[in-house]
Amino acid sequence: MITATQQLESYLENFSEFEKLAAGHALPWLRNLRQDAFARFCEVGFPTTHDEDWRFTNVSAIAQTAFRLTCNRPVRLSQQELDPYRVPGVNCQLVFVNGNFARELSLLGKLPDGVKVSNLGGEISSNPEAIEPHLGRYLDIRRDAFCALNTAFGEDGAYVHIPRGTLVEEPIYLLFVSTANDAPSMSHPRNLIVAEEDSQATIVEDYVSLDGGAVFCNTVTELVAGDHTVLSHYMIEREHEEAFNISTLRIQQGRSANVVSHSVLLGGALVRNNVHPVLAGEGGECLINGLFIGNGHQHLDNYMLVEHASPRCGSRQFYNGILDGHAHGVFHGRIIVHKDAQKTDAKQTNRNLLLSDDAQIDTKPQLEIYADDVKCTHGATIGQIEGDALFYLRSRGIDEVSARKLLLFAFASECLDRMKQGPVRRHVEELINRCLFQMANSAPGASTGIRRDDTGRNWEEIG
Amino acid sequence: MSLLEIKNLHVKVDNHEILKGIDLKVNAGEVHSIMGPNGSGKSTLAQVLARRETYAVSAGEVSYNGRDLLAMKPEEAACEGIFMAFQYPVEIPGISNAYFLRSALNAIRKYRGLDEIDAIDFLPLFREKLKLLDMDEKLMNRSVNEGFSGGEKKRNEILQMAVLEPKLSILDETDSGLDIDALRIVAQGVDAMRNPERAIIVVTHYQRLLNYIVPDFVHVLLDGRIVRSGGPELALELEEKGYGSMEAEARHATPA
Ligand SMILES: Nc1ncnc2c1ncn2[C@@H]1O[C@H](COP(=O)(O)OP(=O)(O)O)[C@@H](O)[C@H]1O
Ligand SMILES: [Mg+2]
Repeated sequence: MITATQQLESYLENFSEFEKLAAGHALPWLRNLRQDAFARFCEVGFPTTHDEDWRFTNVSAIAQTAFRLTCNRPVRLSQQELDPYRVPGVNCQLVFVNGNFARELSLLGKLPDGVKVSNLGGEISSNPEAIEPHLGRYLDIRRDAFCALNTAFGEDGAYVHIPRGTLVEEPIYLLFVSTANDAPSMSHPRNLIVAEEDSQATIVEDYVSLDGGAVFCNTVTELVAGDHTVLSHYMIEREHEEAFNISTLRIQQGRSANVVSHSVLLGGALVRNNVHPVLAGEGGECLINGLFIGNGHQHLDNYMLVEHASPRCGSRQFYNGILDGHAHGVFHGRIIVHKDAQKTDAKQTNRNLLLSDDAQIDTKPQLEIYADDVKCTHGATIGQIEGDALFYLRSRGIDEVSARKLLLFAFASECLDRMKQGPVRRHVEELINRCLFQMANSAPGASTGIRRDDTGRNWEEIG
Repeated sequence: MSLLEIKNLHVKVDNHEILKGIDLKVNAGEVHSIMGPNGSGKSTLAQVLARRETYAVSAGEVSYNGRDLLAMKPEEAACEGIFMAFQYPVEIPGISNAYFLRSALNAIRKYRGLDEIDAIDFLPLFREKLKLLDMDEKLMNRSVNEGFSGGEKKRNEILQMAVLEPKLSILDETDSGLDIDALRIVAQGVDAMRNPERAIIVVTHYQRLLNYIVPDFVHVLLDGRIVRSGGPELALELEEKGYGSMEAEARHATPA
C-alpha cells in the first residue's frame, strides 16, 4: 500500500519517462494534450466515494497499487498463447498486448476499399493530420480522472476510419491482452473510431488477461458516428480475478445516426464501464444494452451518461445483472436532456438477479431534464431465481443445476437477443454459457440441498 | 404391489397442518379422482407427490413403484415416471416451449439410459402430439406458457404429459377454466394415455371432466382428510348434493 503522495510520485515518474518516448512526443498539440491531462489528473487524483459519480465504487485498490507502464519492457506472446481467446469466424482481428499493438499476432482480413484499420500509435506518427481533429476532442478529461489519465498516457490502441457510404460487414475485432509479468502493470489503450456519413460497421473490444497478477487496464474509446451511420460496438470484459478495468466509451452521434452499444462484463476484480453517448444531431438513436455477471468478490459498475443534445432523439438502456457470492453490481444510469432536445424519448431499465444473500446491487437512475416536451421512463427490479419456475423445470425431469442454468441463461438472453446474429454473438453466447454453467454448479442449493425456493416471488419495482 | 401407496400422510405449511392423515392406494391401470372444495388440500397433495420441497411432510409414508417417494427430488420423481399437471402452469420467459420439452424428454431418457433425441428427430413426435391436442405449432417457439391463454396453458400441460409418457400422472384441476371444446380435447389427450401400465389421478373440483375420463375410484377430500371413497357414482352424488352434506357427515364421523 502506498500513500497519496507516493502514488502521485509513482505516476509522475511513469509520466516523465513515458512522455519523452511516446508516439507523437514531438507533436506540440499532442504533447500539450498529454501534459494538460496529466496536470488535471494530478490536480484531482483518483475519485473517492464522496464523488457522486463514484458513490458505489471504491477505487482505492487501484490508487494504492504502484502500477508501472510496460511499454519500455515489451511482452512477446506466441500465437498459441492467444489461441484460446480468439473468436472463430472473424477475419479482422487486431491484438494489443498491454496496450501496444502486436502486429505479428494480428489478422487484417479483407476490408472494403478505403477502410482503414490500424493502430493509433502508428497513425499518430505517419498520419497525424487525420488524428488531430478527433483525438481528445469529445472526451471530457475534466469530468473523469481516469479519462485524464488515459489521455496523459494514451499512445496506442486501434484506429478505424470508415469512409463515407461504406458498409463494413465483417466485424472489426480488437483483442486487448493484459499480462502482469513480474510487477503490477498498467496500460491505457486509446481507440479512435471515425465513421463518416452513411457508413456502417461493427467494432468489438474484448479484454482478457493472461496468467495472474495485478493488472490495471484503463481504456478510452472515442467513437465518432457521422450523420446516418449505423454502428454497433461491443465491450467484452473477461479478465481474471486480479484485474482492474476502467473503460470509457464516448460516442459522438450525428444526425439520424443509429448506434448500439453492447457491454458484457463477466470478468475482472473491479470493473467500471462508462458509456457516454452524446446525441448531438437530430433524430439519432442509441441503444445501450448491457449484461453483467459477477461472482466471488467481483465489483462490476455500469455507468451511463446519455446526453440528449438535439431534438427527436431516442435512447434505450437495458441492463441485466446476475450476481452471486459477494459480488457487487452497480447500475448508474444518468440521462441529461438539454434545453433544445425537445421530443426526446429516453428509457432505462435495469433488472437484477441476486443469487446469494451477500451479493449486492446498487441501482440508481438520475434524470436531469431541461426541455419540456420529453418522454423519460426508468425502472429497476431486483429478484432471485423464481422458486416456482425452478420447480416447474425440475418437475419435468431437468436436474437442479441444469434448471438453474436454463433460468439464468433465459435471463441473460434478454440481452443476447438484442445482438445481431453472427460470430460475435456466438462468441458472447459461448462466454455467457461458460460463466453461467459455473454459477449454476456452485449455486447454494445445488450441492448442499439448502433451498432458496420461493424467495423470488416479489419483484421490487423501484421507480 | 400398488404403483402408489400413501400411508397416513401429514403435511404442514408454515406450521399449519394441511393434510391430516391421507391413505390412498393406486394400482397401475387405474384412474382415480380426488374431489374436494377449494382449500381442502388437493393441490398440496399433488405437489407433495411431485416432490415440491416447500411442503414439509410431518408424518406418514409414500411408496412409489416400491421406492420411498419422499426421499426423491422432483427431477428424480419425474424421471421415475411421475408427472403432475400444474393447476397454475408457470410462465418462463426466455426458454422456448420446444427447447424446454426436448430438454425434459432428454433428461428423462438419459436417466433411463437411452440416447438423447436431437431437434430433428424430436419434431415428428412433437407434431403428432400437437395434433392430438389441437395446438398451434407456433406456440412451440414461444417462451414456456408466456402469454398463453388459460386454455393453452392447460393443453400445454397435457402436451408435456403426452410427450413424456409418465407412469403416474396427477392432473391438478386441469379442467378448471376450460370451455367445453377444450375440455373435450384435453380429456381425449388424457384418455389416449390410459393403459394397463399407467395410472392417473384426476384432481378436480367439478364432476364434468369425469364424464369424459371415467374414473375407477372417486375420493372426497375434505379439510385434509379423505372422508369418502367410492366408484364413479360418488362423483354424481357430489354433484347433486354438494360438498355441504358430506362436510356434515364428516363432522359427524370424526368429531374435532
Ligand atoms: N404455500 C402455502 N402457504 C400457506 N398456505 C398454503 C400454501 N399452500 C396451500 N396453503 C393452504 O393450504 C390449504 C390447502 O390448499 P390447497 O392444497 O391449494 O387446496 P386445494 O387445491 O384443495 O384448493 C389452503 O387453506 C391454503 O390456503
Ligand atoms: Mg388446488
